[in-house]
Amino acid sequence: MSAATSVNRLSLLAGILRHVVLLVTGALILVPFLWMISLSIKAPGEIFHASFSFWPVQFYGIENYKKALTETPLLRYMGNGLMVCGLILALQILLCAPCAYALAKLRFFGRDLIFGLVLAGLILPHQVLSLPLFIFGYKLAILNTYSALILPYVVSPFGIFLLRQFFKTIPDDVVHAARLDGLSEFAIVWKVMVPMALPALIAFAIFSVVGHWNDLFWPLIAVRDLSLMPPPLGILVFKNEEAGSDYGPLMAASTLVVLPLTIAFLAAQRWFVEGLTGGAVKQ
Amino acid sequence: MSEPRAFSTACHRSLTRRGASFLAVSPACRQAFVVAFAGYGLAGPAVFFLLVLFLLPVVGVFFIALTDWQLGAGSFSFVFLANYREAFADPTFRASLANTAVYVLIVVPGTLFGGLTVALLIESGKSCRSFYRAIHFLPFMATVTAMAIVWEALLHPTIGLVNQIFAAVGLSTANWLRNENTVVPVLGTIGIWQNLGYAMVLFLAGLKSIPRDLYDAADVDGADLWIDRLRTVTLPLLGPVSMFVVIVVALRALECFDAVKVLTQGGPGNASEVLLYTLYRESFEYLRTGYGAALAVIFLAMVGILTLINALVMDRKVHYQ
Repeated sequence: MSAATSVNRLSLLAGILRHVVLLVTGALILVPFLWMISLSIKAPGEIFHASFSFWPVQFYGIENYKKALTETPLLRYMGNGLMVCGLILALQILLCAPCAYALAKLRFFGRDLIFGLVLAGLILPHQVLSLPLFIFGYKLAILNTYSALILPYVVSPFGIFLLRQFFKTIPDDVVHAARLDGLSEFAIVWKVMVPMALPALIAFAIFSVVGHWNDLFWPLIAVRDLSLMPPPLGILVFKNEEAGSDYGPLMAASTLVVLPLTIAFLAAQRWFVEGLTGGAVKQ
Repeated sequence: MSEPRAFSTACHRSLTRRGASFLAVSPACRQAFVVAFAGYGLAGPAVFFLLVLFLLPVVGVFFIALTDWQLGAGSFSFVFLANYREAFADPTFRASLANTAVYVLIVVPGTLFGGLTVALLIESGKSCRSFYRAIHFLPFMATVTAMAIVWEALLHPTIGLVNQIFAAVGLSTANWLRNENTVVPVLGTIGIWQNLGYAMVLFLAGLKSIPRDLYDAADVDGADLWIDRLRTVTLPLLGPVSMFVVIVVALRALECFDAVKVLTQGGPGNASEVLLYTLYRESFEYLRTGYGAALAVIFLAMVGILTLINALVMDRKVHYQ
């Protein structure tokens, strides 16, 4: 037997081993997702009977999902989440893009100081700010309104930073040419720079939307009315006050909350990876 | 407001070069003025909100931490460092610090080792790369609150899948979230499950940046086995990425809140009390504003130290190259 075939056989074995290990770790990672879906289509009796099987004996999905949607204003929560995330993102882009352009391309006194402020904001964990922001919201009488959910996030230091880094890679000649064409600085931001920075903008949008869709800490502090709650807070209230350990509807609600981002993630994997690792990973 | 630097130098240069009178404004000068003016106009709104929503609250939190203010109380007095002294004497906060430390010490090595292993396995072959990457990354973006409720079902003492499987293979079962010995390790496991994919993609990026010719050189030097290549090339070159992963995962672990809020509320007793949860409770449930602010300052100090270490290490990495 030659050395080459034994090496081949070894690499074949290594290849199989790779798939075996990754399928096992992957399965372990997926267990909570699969179990969530499984419980969401099982009847209470079957859930309490405790079985290993993924597929229910009696399909109870319609009842569970109906309960999740009627016993709790789940659609309202998701609508709130969508609106709050959308408004936060729109305001962030509106405020961050011009500032990022000024920091990247314009020379003015105090620019480095402003950039220092952005960097400091980048490091700050938002929970540290929650107490003063709560008092601030109280003084403005906006607690328990949509404004309370949105206002603290209208400007994102990370957004400014990411866009500034991207704008810096755009040659100055582009800016000069736009000025010669008679564009104002404001028009340069929105008609020249932002369209060119689309990849950075998409990465930032994913970072922002995922972060705010999933956030529990600030909504817990800022709102009390069910009608204002974003999905994580709503589902927590549903668990604590309605469902308890009636896991069927609870899992149905969880599935519906996790589903939109999961679908988006599977459709645009590389953008998610880039956005959620803060641009540290570029595909 | 003092004159913009760019503006004044441009004007000065054009004036002296042309020897023009003071009244004549050159085009270069006007241009520099317009640019500086635009700079303030464009950055202004963002800077305003950065000051109001970031700088002011940070200064505020340091200030409030020096007072005995309780939310709703009309007046307060300065107690200086009494809140900090109280915090470090308080059994709940001490438990919180210790639990957070244990949690971080479980999550960081677990995530580092798991993420590295998965990344190496994915990178060692050509097939199904994005499939495996997607699966392992999924928990990182899933809503923690919703997934924590799923974990509660999995860990349920009688009907939970975990206890069923443990019983079936003859392992001892437990009420995982109500037992003070198991609660932090279980939360740590959930933390690893959540962050592993994040570490994985960072390692995958690190692996991609290793030059192929280093492996060829290692081959020439007789590193035939994969373990030799791993030891001599891959792992040493992943050093800086690993350090980065350690810091960012430690920061994420420090910020653990959602799972505790959903699953344990700090219990049983103080067994799963963690930093942010204690901060939340003192500030917003007990409304002890001054004390809560002091906890926020302590939390900020920890984050600051980790960030500083990160910056120093990244700085050294630059010098190495």
